[in-house]
Amino acid sequence: MSVDPLLKMENISISIRGSPIVQGVSLQVKPEEIVALIGPNGAGKSTLVNIMLGLLRPDSGRIVIKNGLKIGYMPQKLIVPDTLPLTVQRFITLGKPASRIIVRELLIEVGAERILDSPVQKISGGELQRVLLARALLRQPDLLVLDEPIQGVDLNGQYELHDLIGNLPRKRGCGILMVSHDLHLVMATTDHVVCLNRHVCCSGHPDHVARDPAYLKLFGIEGARTLAIYHHDHHHDIHGSVEGK
Amino acid sequence: MDEFLLRVLFGGFGVALIAGPLGAFIVWRRMAYFGDTLSHSGLLGIVFGIVLDVNPALGIAVTCLGVALALVLLQRQQSLATDTLLGIISHTTLSLGLVTLASLETVRCDLASYLFGDILSVSITDLYWIWGGNLFTISILVWLWRPLLAATVHEELAYVEGIPVFRVRLIFMLLIAIVIAVAMKVVGILLITSLLIIPAAAAQRFAQSPESMAVLASFFGCLAIGLGLYASLQWDTPAGPSVVIATTTLFILGSAVSRWLQP
Repeated sequence: MSVDPLLKMENISISIRGSPIVQGVSLQVKPEEIVALIGPNGAGKSTLVNIMLGLLRPDSGRIVIKNGLKIGYMPQKLIVPDTLPLTVQRFITLGKPASRIIVRELLIEVGAERILDSPVQKISGGELQRVLLARALLRQPDLLVLDEPIQGVDLNGQYELHDLIGNLPRKRGCGILMVSHDLHLVMATTDHVVCLNRHVCCSGHPDHVARDPAYLKLFGIEGARTLAIYHHDHHHDIHGSVEGK
Repeated sequence: MDEFLLRVLFGGFGVALIAGPLGAFIVWRRMAYFGDTLSHSGLLGIVFGIVLDVNPALGIAVTCLGVALALVLLQRQQSLATDTLLGIISHTTLSLGLVTLASLETVRCDLASYLFGDILSVSITDLYWIWGGNLFTISILVWLWRPLLAATVHEELAYVEGIPVFRVRLIFMLLIAIVIAVAMKVVGILLITSLLIIPAAAAQRFAQSPESMAVLASFFGCLAIGLGLYASLQWDTPAGPSVVIATTTLFILGSAVSRWLQP
């Protein structure tokens, strides 16, 4: 069975101020599929996401987006100025007007209904991620783009949030592209993993990627096991092989 | 109340009303230095107004807008830190304005009134400009409110949600340029930013929503105009600076009261 992808990137390359950030990357997200984009810091994950969202224009390559595709986006870092009095309810409806009842239902869905009227600056990191997810869901997206969705969330919250995200495609029929720096965190929920280090090192089913030599080389055997804190002690050339140092 | 006083108050309120909401956005977006830079370039606009024989308000608005556009383009190149860029443009345009104004030998003008305002000499024509600019700016701001607020909170997210953030930013700059043009008469180009920022900062402590902060800022601005003018007439102090001191006094009092109100 072949389904048209929601979004398809072909051979995308971009250099920023002379240095190549992303080179010849192709990937696609199909309906109800969860694709994880993983890679170490500086691998070009966020750059690729920005290209996908139309925030950056690639130097070369092609992006095909399904007609009328609605994207819900959850940015990696969001700091609301302290000077701006804004409740969670107002924050969520900034993207699209909605009644209080609808916003409350969404917050119940993401498990954060307690904070409906809290100032958005006063909520915890984990609550903010849920609120951002609620704001993205309010648009009833066909494709969710989540940039490091569990950043700043405590360990228990991480599992909860992953469960929540993992169930979204079935519940809402949307595709998800999720950025993470850690394969093990996304392994359980993901259908397809793309391992990025400027170019695509390897991709496929998470179990397959975890055993892929290119993946092990990128993160190191030890790093592949623990890898939440990854020390980049060697340099990759553009082909992904390690330069001596 | 005699006609003179009414005219002055009416002019001051016209500026303070629109300075409130726009000042709130400048506070939220951390654009105080940007506002300073635009208003400093206003002196150059006054010179253009004199040379081309048009109303100085028009000269200021067009010049500020030109400088704002130039800033956007320069910022895109990212070869200099934004505050450095602002520092260069701010003081260069101010100096250019001073130099060219001095070289216009045929014109006799009161430089101090441009720099620090001359609200006591506000004319009926000035009132038309002030309230015309005020009503235009307020209606645009009401129309632009939600997209501008969304872009202020997070520009990329707003863009993905379908808001034309670049156009929104340009319109916002246009509004700042207009407000600087009409506020020049009241507090002068060196003090305009204070009328935008201080009432908004005072309002922040009491506001529960963006809208209430904007409205409260307008209220504090009007109050400061009243107090400043009263002080100016009572003790014969310069009107513009007196208004600014009044806003600061309100800000300090407000901080004290809000602290006292909190448990």
